[in-house]
Amino acid sequence: MALLDVSHLTMKFGSLAANRDVSFAVEPGTIVGLIGPNGAGKTTVFNCLAGLYKPTEGRIVFDGRDITRLPAYRISRLGLARTFQVVRPLKEMTVLENILVGAYLRQADSRRAMQIAQHCLRTCFLEEDRDRPAGGLTIGNKKRLEVARALATGPKLLLLDEAVAGLTSTEVRQMVELIQGLRREGITILMVEHIMEAIMPIADKVVVLDGGIKIAEDRPAVVVENEEVIRAYLGEKFSRRLKAMKEAKPS
Amino acid sequence: MPKLHLQSRDILWGALVCALALLPLIPGLIGNSFRAHVIILVLLYASMAQSWNIVSGYAGQTSFGHSVFFGIGAYGAGMAVVTYGLTPWPGFLAGSVMAALVAVLISWPCFRLSGHYFAIATFAIVEIFNRLFMVWDWVGGALGLDYPILPDGWVNFVWSETKVGFFYGALALFVLIFGIVRYIETHRLGYYLRAVREGQETAESLGVNSTAVKLAAMAFSAFLAALCGGFFVQYNYRVDPPMVMSLDVSMRFVLITILGGVGNFWGPLLGAMILIPLQEYSRAYLTILGSGVDLVIFGLIIMLMMIKQPKGIMGFIEAWQARSRERAAAKEGV
Amino acid sequence: MDTFAQVVLDGLLTGMLYALVAAGLSLIWGVMDIIHFAHGEFLMVAMYLSFWLGFLAGVDPIVSWIASGVFLFLLGALAYRLVISRCIGKSAMPPLLATFGLSLFLKNLCMNRFSPNFRILQDTLLQGKTFMIGGVVVGLPQLATGIFSLVMLGALFYLIKKTRLGWAIQATAMDREAAELMGIHTDRIYLLVFGLGGACVGIAGGLMTSYLAVHPEVGSLFGLIAFLIVALGGFGSIHGALAAALIIGLVEALAGFYIAPVFKYVAVFAIYLVVVMVRPRGLFGW
Repeated sequence: MALLDVSHLTMKFGSLAANRDVSFAVEPGTIVGLIGPNGAGKTTVFNCLAGLYKPTEGRIVFDGRDITRLPAYRISRLGLARTFQVVRPLKEMTVLENILVGAYLRQADSRRAMQIAQHCLRTCFLEEDRDRPAGGLTIGNKKRLEVARALATGPKLLLLDEAVAGLTSTEVRQMVELIQGLRREGITILMVEHIMEAIMPIADKVVVLDGGIKIAEDRPAVVVENEEVIRAYLGEKFSRRLKAMKEAKPS
Repeated sequence: MPKLHLQSRDILWGALVCALALLPLIPGLIGNSFRAHVIILVLLYASMAQSWNIVSGYAGQTSFGHSVFFGIGAYGAGMAVVTYGLTPWPGFLAGSVMAALVAVLISWPCFRLSGHYFAIATFAIVEIFNRLFMVWDWVGGALGLDYPILPDGWVNFVWSETKVGFFYGALALFVLIFGIVRYIETHRLGYYLRAVREGQETAESLGVNSTAVKLAAMAFSAFLAALCGGFFVQYNYRVDPPMVMSLDVSMRFVLITILGGVGNFWGPLLGAMILIPLQEYSRAYLTILGSGVDLVIFGLIIMLMMIKQPKGIMGFIEAWQARSRERAAAKEGV
Repeated sequence: MDTFAQVVLDGLLTGMLYALVAAGLSLIWGVMDIIHFAHGEFLMVAMYLSFWLGFLAGVDPIVSWIASGVFLFLLGALAYRLVISRCIGKSAMPPLLATFGLSLFLKNLCMNRFSPNFRILQDTLLQGKTFMIGGVVVGLPQLATGIFSLVMLGALFYLIKKTRLGWAIQATAMDREAAELMGIHTDRIYLLVFGLGGACVGIAGGLMTSYLAVHPEVGSLFGLIAFLIVALGGFGSIHGALAAALIIGLVEALAGFYIAPVFKYVAVFAIYLVVVMVRPRGLFGW
């Protein structure tokens, strides 16, 4: 059974439909990418999943439970954690304290919550900054703090909203390494992404949105061949480049 | 840095309480003197400010309505003694529980309001309570409640001969409230309060039910503010609405905390230690200049502080610590 | 029926008086987004000035509002330069508390200098003069205040919406940094706005001594009601403030007459709570 099952999701703001009849599923233990051009409705889907918006129509089933209209904190308690595209550090708290807030979700005891937080701190390469106020971190560290904090809530499914956007290439590599590490730990990941280079190599499946509608859902290698996807989003150029890369390096 | 073990500041804290507890042994210091009065007021106002600090400092929901809870506590004790002829103790409990209930009922809708709208709603609530209590015969109306003459001692919680009893009462209140806040600060609720202040949506994404957290903070805060109100009425032997339920009383909670350092454990104590002696001594010694001079000075200090250091005395201390750290780093040649 | 008409008329005229008092606060709040706690005390200072002008020099309030308007403009500008400009910024608390400090300072200074006694000017031109329309009595001073109120709100509206200066003020209100980048000297705009806010309340206070007593606490209640009006009307909306002032005047008069006089302010504060629960950004807020 799928860990997350989105069926016929429609989200309207007034008369404007940001999403229309979007359905897809996320299998346990996989990395799924949610991509699409600007304004395709990716973040809206995301906010519906995380409980920030209440969808107009449709159903979201997570781990066998209907979470469609639950408030954000209930969804988080069920094991679906998220990061924010525009990072939201709890500025006047230190990095460790930020993560500790997440860790307290599964562990009311301070000592044990602290152990969870320390673990997440290491996993996300933030040890050097543990006692610094979160407001003063670099953007790369803030993005990893988002992940660490969500991770500390002990999620089954982690929603990453543009976790690599705006990072340097070193930082992107670090983040990709981190994400693959999380999958090895058994956490399922759904990531909204703009940067193709980051998502294509690690995703088991990508879901492509355009104009609020799902236009494709398949393995990355198949999706990049899809005519509609190329037209809508990737652009001829990237597709050609990818093809050229494949031909030059035949497996 | 989370505090899980005994730290230097816990030791400092223990030492402070011990030192305070031993104060009455110094002959002539506490007796029935003006100095004792000032020390008792410092402890009382520090406790009031700390109770406010829970919801407005740690949780970031600035309330100008705390005099309502303070007043309910004061009336709880006052009515137990004057109206029902009991000891004040059941009144302390009833007043505090009632204040917590009222706080939750009032705050539930108000937490939806943001910024100035929330602030003004809390002003409005204070005015409503003030005016209702003024005409409510059951609570004594505008005349208020005057204490009969009672035997001294802990049973009645009044002392007319010496202020030592009130001193220990204030100290107990102070230790209780600071202890509770210290406990909250180092445990889950404390982290949740600060998380809600720093970003409500972020906190919710981490499984924090922010409404419940804010209501819990408000309930604790109101309960403790009401306890302070109970002490206040015992200390003054009387209560009427303007004494306890007014915008000016509400502003006491706010100003002491902010001048000391808002959202900081020591802030309320520092604020009270500076403001209360200043106010009491200027009131006592500047009478020659006519009434109101103490509040003129008070007003000037507030303006100066907001200009120089809006983070209060803790802001000065933190800036000083940062400078000395820099100097130490420079010395090591980093 | 006549009684009802009389109560409604009194309510509306009270509302106009409140609108006059709140106009300056609406401007300051709308542009600078601060709670100006000393607004009521500015009103008190204006009333004292007008009172002493009348008492010592025999100037009628119908004239001395000009002097108090000018004086309060200067007081406002001075308060901005010395205090507000130095603590305005990211957080809402420092300006709020600084103006609270200013209100304590002004209130107690007047208490100290002028004593807590109520003082009222005798034999002003408008005092006690009434006339009848249909079956209702109209007080001349109240009517004059009402007319002043409409004229002043109209002038403010014109200033904000139709003049170059008004556009600069609006730009500053929307986004201070962007306005600064467009070459608007926003510090000077703030100075002017604070001065104008003072002038508005100065004119109100100057005029009010025609029929109202002055004492050090007079500003507290007026100031609080002005907050309610501005918040109720919606962030920086001048017509919203007028509507809110009329509603509050009506509620006060009706509750005072038909329930009990002691409940009139309870009703006023309660109506604020009820309205913001339904519309958390005020009647005309967005």
